[in-house]
Amino acid sequence: MTIDAADLDYRCINEEIRKVDGKCIITSCLGQRFIASGMSNIDIEIEGIPGNALGSYLNGGTITVHGNAQDAVGDTMNDGKIVVHGNIGDAAGYAMRGGRIYIKGDAGYRAGIHMKEYQEKVPLMIIGGSAGSFLGEYQSGGVIIVLNLNSRRQKSVGFFPCTGMHGGKVFLRSRCEDVVFPPQVIRRSATDEDRNELRSYLEEYCDLFSLDLEEILFSEFTVVTPDSKNPYRRMYVAN
Amino acid sequence: MSIDFISPEFDVSRNESRCIKCRICVRECANGVHIFDEKRGILISDETKCVNCQRCVSFCPTRALKIIKNPNGLKSNANWCSDSVNEIFKQSSSGGVLLSSMGNPKKYPVYFDRILINASQVTNPPIDPLREPMETKVFLGKKSDVIERDSDGKIKCSTEPQIELSMPIMFSAMSYGSISYNAHAALARAATELGILYNTGEGGLHEDFYVYGKNTIVQVASGRFGVHEDYLEAGCAIEIKMGQGAKPGIGGHLPGAKIVGDVAKTRMIAEGSDAISPAPHHDIYSIEDLRQLVFSLKEATNYKKPVIVKVAAVHNIAAIASGIARSGADIIAIDGFRGGTGAAPTRIRDNVGIPIELAIASVDQHLRNEGIRNNISLVAGGSIRSSADVVKAIALGADAVYVASAALIAMGCHLCRNCQSGKCNWGIATQRAELVSRLDVEVAKTRLVNLMTAWRHEIMEMMGGMGINSIEALKGNRLMLRGIGMTEKELEILGISHAGE
Repeated sequence: MTIDAADLDYRCINEEIRKVDGKCIITSCLGQRFIASGMSNIDIEIEGIPGNALGSYLNGGTITVHGNAQDAVGDTMNDGKIVVHGNIGDAAGYAMRGGRIYIKGDAGYRAGIHMKEYQEKVPLMIIGGSAGSFLGEYQSGGVIIVLNLNSRRQKSVGFFPCTGMHGGKVFLRSRCEDVVFPPQVIRRSATDEDRNELRSYLEEYCDLFSLDLEEILFSEFTVVTPDSKNPYRRMYVAN
Repeated sequence: MSIDFISPEFDVSRNESRCIKCRICVRECANGVHIFDEKRGILISDETKCVNCQRCVSFCPTRALKIIKNPNGLKSNANWCSDSVNEIFKQSSSGGVLLSSMGNPKKYPVYFDRILINASQVTNPPIDPLREPMETKVFLGKKSDVIERDSDGKIKCSTEPQIELSMPIMFSAMSYGSISYNAHAALARAATELGILYNTGEGGLHEDFYVYGKNTIVQVASGRFGVHEDYLEAGCAIEIKMGQGAKPGIGGHLPGAKIVGDVAKTRMIAEGSDAISPAPHHDIYSIEDLRQLVFSLKEATNYKKPVIVKVAAVHNIAAIASGIARSGADIIAIDGFRGGTGAAPTRIRDNVGIPIELAIASVDQHLRNEGIRNNISLVAGGSIRSSADVVKAIALGADAVYVASAALIAMGCHLCRNCQSGKCNWGIATQRAELVSRLDVEVAKTRLVNLMTAWRHEIMEMMGGMGINSIEALKGNRLMLRGIGMTEKELEILGISHAGE
């Protein structure tokens, strides 16, 4: 089923998606927001550029974007997969609790902000290029990987990564000598164990984007974890 | 150590001639104030731990106990009051940010207490609510500007989704985690029985309470705790929390120690991890961005549920409300600076925000001036203490009110303002199983129903006295109000005349 989005607004697009039980190709997409918001069991291919909040509250299924995506992709996502064959805007995966977001290119500001994890749900975000400032701010769970491949930017990550981080893990394919981390995180070079973990995350990603997994794994990775899951414990005095 | 010693705020007075050494006080105090000295066979007290929650006093079978203000104190000083000095002691020993609970206790003007309600005499006679029909039902949501008719001349009834309430009162947001399972259960059951709503707060919705969904507002805050598709579908409305009256401009940190068992499960986060709600929603920097969140929620729930945007009453609230009214939200909830909280930095609680009375009046007037008042309903909260406050809030321009502190008091809260300790002796603001079990859900539910039923009757009596027989006719009816002891400016903001005028 093909939905020509050229003359449809977001409400109509979502109605059409519901009519075909979420299995469709959307063509000529140009900035329509909220596509597949709150849906599950979908399989959507998008040609063009979807607007903000693509797959917000997504509860399962797959969205593939053949182009760039804008802001707030996968906001509060619970499950499923979003694949972007291009760059992605700001606040991708805000508070996502489950599922995977795979980005071929660069991510904007605040990627993976407040990402969580819960029981068996461990969200995963892989950014093929570089990430903007405030990567993984307030992260409390899940895994963020920045591969720094073919990026337009010089640095793998912008300013203030992992500020307020109190859970989860960030992998950056870089020595990160030029990156300033906040005091409450621990940064170290990836160990063999970390690489095995990385391999399990990267297999599907490398398949999707036809990348050489071994070549990627052969590089230096920096691992960032929080030093406490209770960063503000000593901040208060009862009054 | 000795510099930091703060003289206890209270003395425990035990009338030895009445005390029968039954040790109920020992059992009831989770703070460990009462101790039985086995050797001497007497009860002693450690009043440094007393928070004056009145639990022991209420349960002492011989009324032998009194908690009284400790007469020992610093030399009196109209500028450096003992609170100010003691707070400096606490901070200079710990380096910590002062943390307090419940609403702003400072001596700011309470405008509700300076507003008087009208009554009919001779003309436009009063209505007796016991004898004549009186409507307290309200609908919250966008109202149509024009009446549309079909080709047969019949009115087209296609309104935006509405909340129906049997009376203009709802229980405002208190998260599971800040209050106990039993407290949530009582609120949910009372709301269902009363035909009103309660609000999950930002801590998610416990699986046991999905059955009360028709009477539940589910909240989405910056931390997005427990927010998923089933949760959004479960409630009858969705509230986006932008701010809270007790702590405008800041977020919340529920400490990891309280994120255990069902609280972690309901928030859908790992046990023991701090639940941090950032101060801003990091995807909202403008009204346009707010609109995006409003419509992502509407899309996710297929436009079946009204969306509420809750903000704290702050300076320029009227302009903020105007922006919210244009964001696509159906309802704006405004929380005044006296609103309660399970924990807030003392300085924020006591110094930030404005009284709800002024906020309601200025928002209602501003939205009317802009011709968009019907686009949005207005819910006011932040220390609504009685049915008279409800009537005044509605006459100032609110569609309905939010109550939380009053509901907690109905369930047994004695306002000791120590929620942050997690040792609530009344089983409300605690997650300790032995304390939670003290709150009998059935009793608490009945007390909530009693309170609201009594308020509803009082509202009808006050309306009847004014010759008004529906909430709709009271809404924004400021002619029914007069101020007393207020300045011209205050009267101007409230949009009311002075008593005697």
